[in-house]
Amino acid sequence: MAATKNSEEMSGLSDALAVIGAGLGALIGIYLAVFSADPVMKFHGALLGATAVLCALYVISSMAGKSTTERPFYHDGPIKFASVAAVFWGIAGFVVGAIIAWQLAFPALNFDLPWTSFGRLRPLHTSAVIFAFGGNALIATSFYVAQRTCQARLFGKWSPWFVVIGYNLFIVIAGTGYILGVTQSKEYAEPEWYADLWLTIVWVVYLIVFGGTLLKRKEPHIYVANWFYLSFILTVAMLHIVNNLAVPVSFTGTKSYALFSGVQDAMTQWWYGHNAVGFFLTAGFLGMMYYFIPKRAERPVYSYRLSIVHFWSLIFLYIWAGPHHLHYTALPDWAQTLGMTFSIILWMPSWGGMINGLMTLSGAWDKLRTDPVIRMMVVSVAFYGMSTFEGPLMSIKAVNSLSHYTDWTIGHVHSGALGWVGMISFGALYCLFPWLWNRRGLYSMRLVEWHFWISTIGILLYITAMWVSGILQGLMWRAYDELGFLKYSFVESVDAMHIPYIIRAGGGTLFVIGALMMAYNLWRTARGDEPVDAKNQPRVAAAPEIRATLAPAE
Amino acid sequence: MTYQTVAAFTQSLSLLIFVSLFIGVVIYAVWPGNQKAFDRASRLPLENDPEPGREPNMHRDTGGRT
Repeated sequence: MAATKNSEEMSGLSDALAVIGAGLGALIGIYLAVFSADPVMKFHGALLGATAVLCALYVISSMAGKSTTERPFYHDGPIKFASVAAVFWGIAGFVVGAIIAWQLAFPALNFDLPWTSFGRLRPLHTSAVIFAFGGNALIATSFYVAQRTCQARLFGKWSPWFVVIGYNLFIVIAGTGYILGVTQSKEYAEPEWYADLWLTIVWVVYLIVFGGTLLKRKEPHIYVANWFYLSFILTVAMLHIVNNLAVPVSFTGTKSYALFSGVQDAMTQWWYGHNAVGFFLTAGFLGMMYYFIPKRAERPVYSYRLSIVHFWSLIFLYIWAGPHHLHYTALPDWAQTLGMTFSIILWMPSWGGMINGLMTLSGAWDKLRTDPVIRMMVVSVAFYGMSTFEGPLMSIKAVNSLSHYTDWTIGHVHSGALGWVGMISFGALYCLFPWLWNRRGLYSMRLVEWHFWISTIGILLYITAMWVSGILQGLMWRAYDELGFLKYSFVESVDAMHIPYIIRAGGGTLFVIGALMMAYNLWRTARGDEPVDAKNQPRVAAAPEIRATLAPAE
Repeated sequence: MTYQTVAAFTQSLSLLIFVSLFIGVVIYAVWPGNQKAFDRASRLPLENDPEPGREPNMHRDTGGRT
């Protein structure tokens, strides 16, 4: 009885704090919307104000209609929100990527407008796929995995909602800012100071929610996936804060100046940039791998010991690899060599992790044939192995002198991004939707099959085209004639890129088509349509509540 | 105390700390006595879904804890 009263009081306190927080956000937003001289700041202030007012109204209305029916054990509302957001932003980000790929092949497609120029759409694409699509997928799965493996309800009542809504508000502020020309020009850290401050608040709450859930766990052992998620949240907080240290020109204006300059700025930027790859795009998604592959294959992870060594060696090593982005620059030679050395050592944990993921299927390889969702995740791990082989190779100074500033880098990034991050997220989303919406299975497994093949072919076209054009570029730029003059002018190398660029844009477009199929499939699943091929779906495709009622497969 | 002395001291110290931490982790991971705990931990994703009509199975084999 005392416990119930206590939890009611906590819930009331949470409601009150949520309303006060939203009210504060509304005040700041309205102030900026009214008093800022900067039109973009006015717009972003209005956006913050409107979102905060809507959230406050929602919290108040939920207090008024207080129902005392017992709540479900797990807190899945914010997870559903973030899963849908991941699908939405995924499509948006892939489409913008395909548009700029076609622009590179046919420059007239930028329509000579500032808002659709490559320089503004490119950060829109990278932020949309990495932070909007990948970030929402990570938030959704981390909340799901933490609750299930800790056997605890998500910490907090409104704070998980604040994390998902606040994070998506950050995405909208950042993305609209790029189109309107607001950027601090740091790669993967383009949002200006006010968006960065907002993200810092959201991220700290994310850490509190995730850490709080771990603290109240019933299960004494913290499952390895949670370690990866926790390292992702902690490290991204550190990277984000340090790399975005800047002084705003005015508190009601968008412009700021970075705290660092020269080579210090470059080193901080690539310490941030490479660890965004290491901890956002690798550690976070490895957390996904360590939960969803065993879960879907219904096998424990191949070696739990290896997973512990994998985790610690990965986080010990990754943080040093950033300088390989600055070979042959003003960065001291020893720092370049240090970055290269650690990148090469990274081969070992990366491949250890890959082997651990792949071998989880040992004794169940037939599932690759029967379950396209498993196949998607396994191919994703294979792409992880491939791109983490290619990366260290490219970090070697001699190789880098050929590959740097060429399309080879773009191809490498996309074999990791489309292959590893994209496919593991698709697999996790295909798992999550029936589980969260309590369905028998996916609407159509055939569509998953189609998605798998179309996007795999798209990725292969993409990366092979970029290998060709990248190495071609690198060789053309370093070719000399017998008198020691450069053999080609720059524009001749641009001209030689035309056909590979068309193939790349085609591959990217295939990837978009696959993602559209996924969106349709997941929408029909969430809506509750009867699966068209339920008998072809494994038992584990069904939501846990339904799974127990189904006959075992064997 | 010059920059060089401070740098040499902190660099050797952090090398020592990081390497011994890592060796500690590896010993923990391969320690034979931990095998049972790891086996159980590796099954965590497979077991903890709620089943119909009851709360998630919060009490399964938690080593005496509830």
